[in-house]
Amino acid sequence: MYAIHEPLDENVVKPVAQAYLDYTPSPLRTAIHNFFGNIEDFFSGVNGLLQGKLDKAGHDFGRVMVNTGFGVLGLIDIASDADIPRGGEDFGQTFGHWGIAQGPYLFIPLIGPSSFRDGSGLLVRIAASPVLYIPAWEVRTVLEILGPIDLRASLIGTTSLVEQAALDRYTFIRRSYLQRRQYEVYDGQPPPVKDEDD
Amino acid sequence: MKHYRWFAGCVAVALGLVANGPALAQETADAAVKRASQELLQIIRADPKVQAGDQARIREVVEAKVFPNIDFERMTSLAMGRNWRVASPEQQKRLIEEFRTLLVRTYSGALSQYRDQTMDYKPVRAEPNATEVTVRTEVLRAGQAPVPIDYSMTKKTDGWQAYDIVVGGVSLVTNYRDEFSEQIKAGGIDGLIKTLAAKNKSTGSK
Repeated sequence: MYAIHEPLDENVVKPVAQAYLDYTPSPLRTAIHNFFGNIEDFFSGVNGLLQGKLDKAGHDFGRVMVNTGFGVLGLIDIASDADIPRGGEDFGQTFGHWGIAQGPYLFIPLIGPSSFRDGSGLLVRIAASPVLYIPAWEVRTVLEILGPIDLRASLIGTTSLVEQAALDRYTFIRRSYLQRRQYEVYDGQPPPVKDEDD
Repeated sequence: MKHYRWFAGCVAVALGLVANGPALAQETADAAVKRASQELLQIIRADPKVQAGDQARIREVVEAKVFPNIDFERMTSLAMGRNWRVASPEQQKRLIEEFRTLLVRTYSGALSQYRDQTMDYKPVRAEPNATEVTVRTEVLRAGQAPVPIDYSMTKKTDGWQAYDIVVGGVSLVTNYRDEFSEQIKAGGIDGLIKTLAAKNKSTGSK
């Protein structure tokens, strides 16, 4: 899978994201980024609720209300200026919180590192995506294309770091991903890992 | 993808903040991290060559300010896991050298990208005469979630040194342990050394 991902990303996705960075004015990019972030905040709130984390969910829904109401449909991130923290929850974490294990690690072409559990969460997230239900197809299509470009553009510059750091990118990314997700599921307090050496 | 970016960015930040000045033996671990990282941040912000992305200068700063605060031997041995004891002293020496070089290059490449940040230091809860502590910090960047960075520190005769850096739950040592064991499975310890050396050569020319 990784073998498919790399050439696709290198030759198609990354150049498009780079062009987006080069030719779109920065305030516009920020607004677009905020717009999609606002949608993520909503889903983070839903997942906070599903895990019984009412504080986090409250913050997320508060963010969505502030940003949607006063921030022109989420284009301006007023909530961050007001220091309302992001919950950063997602369906994969909710499944983890419910005790479901990661399952096999997966590298999904164009999307990146995932696992059986997190990938299932992602499917739920995509199916529930409000963008898919916008009736005007022109708007829908534009947003469906902009979303991934915005995401990929935010990653530019850091891939080169992995390139420098990793002996084998696949292994490096896999271990980073699995460690990170474990940490997120436990909200920064993962149980100690048994060390093979000391 | 989100996580992947997240991690990459944070390793850069983390490595960037284990900076060093003259180590003070009586210093507490958190004070050591604080002093060192503040010094580095100052240089990053003030040095025009660093600002311009001059790689040679950045490497110099890394060597002088960051690396004296890292226990490379311990770091390498932890990343090697049980293979460390199998390695001959000569192999161990080469491994430490190559791993160190890899980290210099990685770090230098990343440093120029991360300058507008401030740090928050959490008080360390440990016995006063402890020789192993974890120093918890957070990196704050405008408009973004704080990035927690934990330093596993060990007390040496001339001050504290870090032997692992955990960025948002991602441990550098654990990451490299996978990488190393895979290389060793494929080509033995000498195979790993060769891979590291080749890697360092190729990124060094950039």
